[in-house]
Amino acid sequence: MMQYKGWEGFVPGKWCDDEVNVRDFIQRNYTPYDGDAEFLAPATEATKKLWDIVCDLTKKEIAAGGVLNADTKIVSTLTSHGAGYLDKDLEKIVGLQTDEPFKRALQPFGGIRMSEGALNMYGYEIDPQVKEIFTKYRKTHNEGVFDAYTPEMRAARSAHILTGLPDAYGRGRIIGDYRRVALYGVDYLIRKKEEDKLAINGDMTPEKVRNREEIADQVKALKALKEMAAIYGCDISKPAETAQQAIQALYFGYLAAVKDQNGAAMSIGRNTTFLDIYIQRDLDKGLITEEQAQEFIDHFIMKLRIVKFMRTKEYNELFSGDPTWVTESIGGMGVDGRSLVTKTAFRVLHTLDNLGPAPEPNLTVLWSKRLPANFKKFCADISIRTSSIQYESDELMRAEMGDDYAIACCVSCMKVGKDMQFFGARANLAKCLLYAINGGKDELMKDKVTGKPMQVSPEFVPIYGDGALNYDEVCQKFDNMMTWLADLYVNTLNLIHYMHDKYSYEALEMVLHDTNVRRFFATGIAGLSCAADSLSAIKYATVYPIRNEDGIVVDYKIEGDYPKYGNNDDRADEIAVWIVKTFMKKVKSHYTYRDSVPTTSILTITSNVVYGKKTGNTPDGRRGGTPLAPGANPMHGRDANGALASLESVAKIPYEYSRDGISNTFSITPGSLGKED
Amino acid sequence: MVGRIHSFESFGTVDGPGIRFVLFLQGCPLRCQYCHNPDTWGSGGTEYSVEEVAERALKYRNYFGDKGGVTATGGEPLLQIDFVIELFSLLKSKGVHTCVDTSGIMFHPDDPASVEKHKKLIEVTDLFLLDIKHIDDEACKKLTGQSNRNTLAFAKFLSEHGKKMWIRQVLVPGLTDGEDSLLETRAFIDTLATVEKVEVLPYHSMGVVKYEKLGLEYPLKDVVAPTKERVQGAKKILNEGRA
Repeated sequence: MMQYKGWEGFVPGKWCDDEVNVRDFIQRNYTPYDGDAEFLAPATEATKKLWDIVCDLTKKEIAAGGVLNADTKIVSTLTSHGAGYLDKDLEKIVGLQTDEPFKRALQPFGGIRMSEGALNMYGYEIDPQVKEIFTKYRKTHNEGVFDAYTPEMRAARSAHILTGLPDAYGRGRIIGDYRRVALYGVDYLIRKKEEDKLAINGDMTPEKVRNREEIADQVKALKALKEMAAIYGCDISKPAETAQQAIQALYFGYLAAVKDQNGAAMSIGRNTTFLDIYIQRDLDKGLITEEQAQEFIDHFIMKLRIVKFMRTKEYNELFSGDPTWVTESIGGMGVDGRSLVTKTAFRVLHTLDNLGPAPEPNLTVLWSKRLPANFKKFCADISIRTSSIQYESDELMRAEMGDDYAIACCVSCMKVGKDMQFFGARANLAKCLLYAINGGKDELMKDKVTGKPMQVSPEFVPIYGDGALNYDEVCQKFDNMMTWLADLYVNTLNLIHYMHDKYSYEALEMVLHDTNVRRFFATGIAGLSCAADSLSAIKYATVYPIRNEDGIVVDYKIEGDYPKYGNNDDRADEIAVWIVKTFMKKVKSHYTYRDSVPTTSILTITSNVVYGKKTGNTPDGRRGGTPLAPGANPMHGRDANGALASLESVAKIPYEYSRDGISNTFSITPGSLGKED
Repeated sequence: MVGRIHSFESFGTVDGPGIRFVLFLQGCPLRCQYCHNPDTWGSGGTEYSVEEVAERALKYRNYFGDKGGVTATGGEPLLQIDFVIELFSLLKSKGVHTCVDTSGIMFHPDDPASVEKHKKLIEVTDLFLLDIKHIDDEACKKLTGQSNRNTLAFAKFLSEHGKKMWIRQVLVPGLTDGEDSLLETRAFIDTLATVEKVEVLPYHSMGVVKYEKLGLEYPLKDVVAPTKERVQGAKKILNEGRA
């Protein structure tokens, strides 16, 4: 006899033996599916009506200039708002961020200035009392960071050699294991966390005090989560008993996270295999039909599509839109060789048909050659029709992460509920190369006091004279400048994440992690291909510096041709590899906050445009202000040997040195993938 | 041995089966009015040795799968037939599927040396993409500047030697899409024993930019791409004969 009614019919194991172990539950209970998509059901009338409401609201939102309604007074917490609905009678999965659809929440813990500024931009005025509380009585993350920033950190930030730092907004990138809410119910989770807290005793070092306080906050968050569900008339104190309850409980967990945090990326994890177990149990018992199962999934996905945050226009410019990065990881292979594809993987992807294409949630297929052929075909078919699926290499990630990891944002993988990360934005290495040439003086910015070029790093010896740039000399200076930059970058992040933990701790997301969580220190690189091509030009062509009246090199004259990254030409590609390895080694040599494991990503999918604006002319011939390439992409138009050559260049970037992910943005027309017959 | 190469494409999906490494050889004796690669006509290109090209191609071996391989096109690749023979010999020794995309114009049926050379070529080539420009000799001369005699003879030659081929026909409205000539082409195909496939390549005007860059007059200014229906119709005729 199972301990809970919700567990009846499941194969028992470690997962129900006084542990929290979702992976064990999945492995013992899921049904791999290698059939085709024939079983899928179309959208129900209720789904269509609800989606019409969403479409109508979207039109109104666009007409209103991007924001339809915004809270100016109620500070968002798990229980700050009453229940909100699209249409209460039709919704099978309920819960909104505020009490009305498309009304954006007020989330000032990351920074009151960001909240106020965002509201102002869209014609709203923050409530004066809220402003007073968050300036006089309650410090925010943003204020903490700026209190502690060194002048050098501020200079690097305003010169944009460090960019997109999470110092004024929520860092995001943390994925709670929302499945735990469904599988265990909140009361069980509270009990386990209280046990963990009891185990932390002895000498009360600052570390232990903090851990005890954090767990206390986590438990409070769980209690609030229960209360939040109760506002919608749901009891999630016990394990879910039906598929609908399981989806609802899981969604409540996620909803609580987005009520609590306006994070840069608020990904949802890896849920299809888990949820399929519940759906299959109900189908087997004859409790639901396929139409109903699809309806639950459609309504769940619909909710994820309308997650919204109040952000400034600059923020949206940086990310080319208003992304929430609700990434859901689908498929992949198990370490035992079984595929993790279930019918619910199909059902979730099928929402792209039932509701139409959409960028969110960011449906990400963990790709392996060994996935069932029918599933691969189905994915390809949906991709061709909707261009709405992201693919990532399961083979690459599984080796290190096992088979229960998920993607945060676009490429950053973590074991669900076992790993978290400190998001670190990125360092602009193209600009770092320009600093190497100019001895740390910015090529664009002037010092406000002297009117002379702004000295950002300490004064390094610049390149002198007007002769052709010498590769070895530039490399040496670049290496030195990277040493400075890595040091500054890591310490800036150490400071930022200390403050985020202190003033905007993600208690709800962290309670859905193991207490002994592994932390990643997720640094990032921008401008890789531009820096690599620049060094290649200096090495293989002849590059002369051109100086302005201040003696700053502001442009370059290139004679001859040079090998370019993106053509599967080792001469250029090896330079890119050298840059990544060198920078990462320097990052690793530093203390990282809370014993976190340093990683790097190369994944500026959209912000490459904005970073390019702040980077002057580069020795590869790129004009100042024009975009850098996204992620690890070759510079635009320089790959002249076709797609595979370009992809092979990118594939040379060693994953072990950029464990937080490498992205390559690749567009292709169906016709160039071959002929139809 | 070195070859003059115009460019490489690592992800070729339209010149032969599967995913293919495609090399565009420089130089062509024809001047097809619809040509979209006029930059491959003349001298120029970059010299590469057989080994260099093979090394480049073999980097993509993992992508070739069961069907893919290497395609030599151009220009007219058989203008450098010795280079192609040597390259393909090397690739065959590594088990790579080889394919030539040619007009067959370099085949001189009455010249024993030419026949001999082409015999060597077919030993190391798995598949030919043979471009029949126009079945009518006069029309062909007008369209390309050359007779179709060699092309048709080469088709026979391939057939007699049991060599697989795909027949290709560029469909240019008003120039190559007449029903009678398509039927005649089909009748010719019927005389061949080794045709695996007949491909219709719809004319497009994406080459215009290249003509401008080269300072050349574009001969088909007023011609627009054929409609889908027209392409389907031509496919039907070339594959099935008269309906």
